[in-house]
Amino acid sequence: MTTLTQETKKEKEVIGWGERWGRLRFDMRMALIVMQRELVDSARDWRILIPIILLTFGFPVLMNFAVRQIISFSATYGGDIVAERLIPLLLLLVGFFPATFCLVIALETFVGEKERKSLEPLLSTPLTNLQLYVGKMMAAVAPPLVASYVGIGAYVLSLMQRIDWQIDFQLLVLVLLLTTVQAVMMVAAAVVVSSQTTSVRASNLLASFIIIPITFLIQAEAAAMFWGNISGLWWLLLALMITTGIFIRMGVNIFNREELLGRDIDHIRAGWAFGVFWERFTGRGAEGYPSLSQWFRGTFAILSQLRQPAMVLLVGMVLAMVFGAVMADEYQVPAELKATFLEDGLQQNLDELQLVARQLPLTIFLRNVRALAASTLLGIFTFGVLSVFGFVLPWILLSFLAAQLVGTGLNPVVFFAAAVAPHGILELPALLLTAAAALRWHTGIIAPPPHRTVSENWLLAAADFGRVFVALVIPMLFVSAFIEGYVTPLVVIAVYGG
Amino acid sequence: MIEAKGLVKRFDEFEAVRDVSLQVKKGELVALLGPNGAGKTTTVRMLSAILTPTEGEAWINGFNVRTEQDEVRRSIGMLTEQPGLYQRMTGMEYLLFYGRVYGLGDDLIRRRCRELFARFAMGGAEERRLGTYSKGMKQKAGLIRAMMHDPAVLLLDEPTSAMDPHSAKLVRDAINQLRVDERAVILCTHNLAEAELLADRIAIIKQGQIVAGGTVADLKQQLLGWPLLEVRVDKVVNGEVGELAELVQIEKVMGDRIRYRTADPARTNPQLVRRLDDLGLGVVTLHEVPQSLEEVYLRVVAGNDELAHQQGGQA
Repeated sequence: MTTLTQETKKEKEVIGWGERWGRLRFDMRMALIVMQRELVDSARDWRILIPIILLTFGFPVLMNFAVRQIISFSATYGGDIVAERLIPLLLLLVGFFPATFCLVIALETFVGEKERKSLEPLLSTPLTNLQLYVGKMMAAVAPPLVASYVGIGAYVLSLMQRIDWQIDFQLLVLVLLLTTVQAVMMVAAAVVVSSQTTSVRASNLLASFIIIPITFLIQAEAAAMFWGNISGLWWLLLALMITTGIFIRMGVNIFNREELLGRDIDHIRAGWAFGVFWERFTGRGAEGYPSLSQWFRGTFAILSQLRQPAMVLLVGMVLAMVFGAVMADEYQVPAELKATFLEDGLQQNLDELQLVARQLPLTIFLRNVRALAASTLLGIFTFGVLSVFGFVLPWILLSFLAAQLVGTGLNPVVFFAAAVAPHGILELPALLLTAAAALRWHTGIIAPPPHRTVSENWLLAAADFGRVFVALVIPMLFVSAFIEGYVTPLVVIAVYGG
Repeated sequence: MIEAKGLVKRFDEFEAVRDVSLQVKKGELVALLGPNGAGKTTTVRMLSAILTPTEGEAWINGFNVRTEQDEVRRSIGMLTEQPGLYQRMTGMEYLLFYGRVYGLGDDLIRRRCRELFARFAMGGAEERRLGTYSKGMKQKAGLIRAMMHDPAVLLLDEPTSAMDPHSAKLVRDAINQLRVDERAVILCTHNLAEAELLADRIAIIKQGQIVAGGTVADLKQQLLGWPLLEVRVDKVVNGEVGELAELVQIEKVMGDRIRYRTADPARTNPQLVRRLDDLGLGVVTLHEVPQSLEEVYLRVVAGNDELAHQQGGQA
């Protein structure tokens, strides 16, 4: 089954701009037909309609009442700033609560159709995957968003009238945009969740993977609002837009007929999953297990597939170093701490280093393995973001340190050549290999190749990561830990010990 | 109209359909029979361009199911086993939605909707919500949806399930009319009597493979052997049967009745009657014992796989 991306690619090859515009209009017309039907369905479902109406009209009234109570309470005890910061936060909540119904409608419209068996007749029509996806997305997003906007409007107008509160235009735009992006993100994520289940019940359970991060998000937004850091929310908005883009990209890939109807099973197939992983990890083929040398050759072959994620990481590394330098310029290390790099401080450090370093290799090795494993595992839940973070963080620190060293008069190149390079020559590439394989693994679910399912692609990339980690990274970390324990201190002492 | 060559569909390690080939011409109806999970639905999904075959090719109304999926879907009308209606919509709203998807104008959809509702004895119900329909009415509404855009090919899964006899007859008449209108129809069913009644040809599918195919008469002959006949004589038969063995293949003797098989009844029966007369047994009645499609089906599905494989492979 062609995915939407392939469909789009195919069209681009054969049609010109005029035709493409015509095709776009046709697609939108078809999507609107789908949307219209969904809206009729939602409008007749009291389980959706009544809460939305209550949240749209009741919640702003409640919030308005709450604001007035808080103002009067804080005026009594002189905490005006609390009320001042709370009003925008409640504005955000007034918009957010009706918007959460996006998730309910989306799960109902995507997986509900599957469960009620009304999806197959729909898939047998000439509607394309894209038309269906867009139509259903719009139908899930539109009613709650309209409710949110109405709620926000009612809240703002009533506060303007009651307490003469004048809303900051930037804040209003920001809240509207945040509400919109959050709604679209929830729906886009719901499509991904729906594609992995065959019942609304199961999708509701899986939806906790959406609700929990959204809860943290709201807490972050609340913190920013209390802090009075409105401009910081623009960065959050940008991050949300990127995340939404990733979810839409995933949804566009997943929402195709083959995925939707080709798999009617949503129980855990542990045997199959283990089989896929094990075959790839061990390299077992029709002729059995490979020899150790063949296995290593196979693992080296995986490295060529890490080129793209490695490039992304190297770009991230450069940016991280720039960021570290900028931070060093902004946040100078206190003079007494700097002194530890110099003269007597340095000598004392070296003495301590000599004592401790030789007992460290195993600790260093285990710490490195643990840190890489942790950032890789956390990356699973963040589309690889934390894996990338795990890779760039040392570079930020190194760059920060280098910039601070310049300020002390020490030559940073000499310092790093002595203190980092001996073991870093193995440790840093190991770090890059881990992060690249992890990034490939974690982003593999965003757009799997057409001949593979999301889970299959994820398992294969996980097995590839496992091979690279076991065959290359662990030995590199092991050797580098010993160098760090035995060689690096000697080099540092030779250079700085006088 | 419908042509499939060597269709294979694999889901991971599971092979749902194995080397299915079939052909359905204009005005022809082929019934796809088989137990649950045999691969009927997957085959139909491939033919309707919902699933892409892992191997093999298929054409619907001249369009390739791999490369011309939009055209394939435009050419088919599909009734799924469960009609999958939108319960909160009225029959008319439902068909307006589907009609618009197929690019039909609203006036045409309304006209056709009323016409088809009346044809299936549901006139007036089009303004009622689908959730209020009985099971049979829902099934008929699903069939109306499939017929709405007057497609060249119809893929019908259990079209008369849950229907009362009158409704089932109406639907069968409508299906017969489709044949008259030169539509190609594939009918998936467990109702063997219905298949025997409607189908020009039968394909029996088992474990993803067509294991027997042909007209009902062909299948009966291939799988059940020569026609089974029964002659009743005017007295109880004793040792005379041995005298008949050189003419026919005796199956069973039950008092005054003898069941036998013969490859050429037109030639053998007169000889048999004469021989019985010579033996002093007067013929009271002589008729062919009806053998149902059910016997064929059970023979193929429940056992005798080897025989079925020899006969089958292509519908």
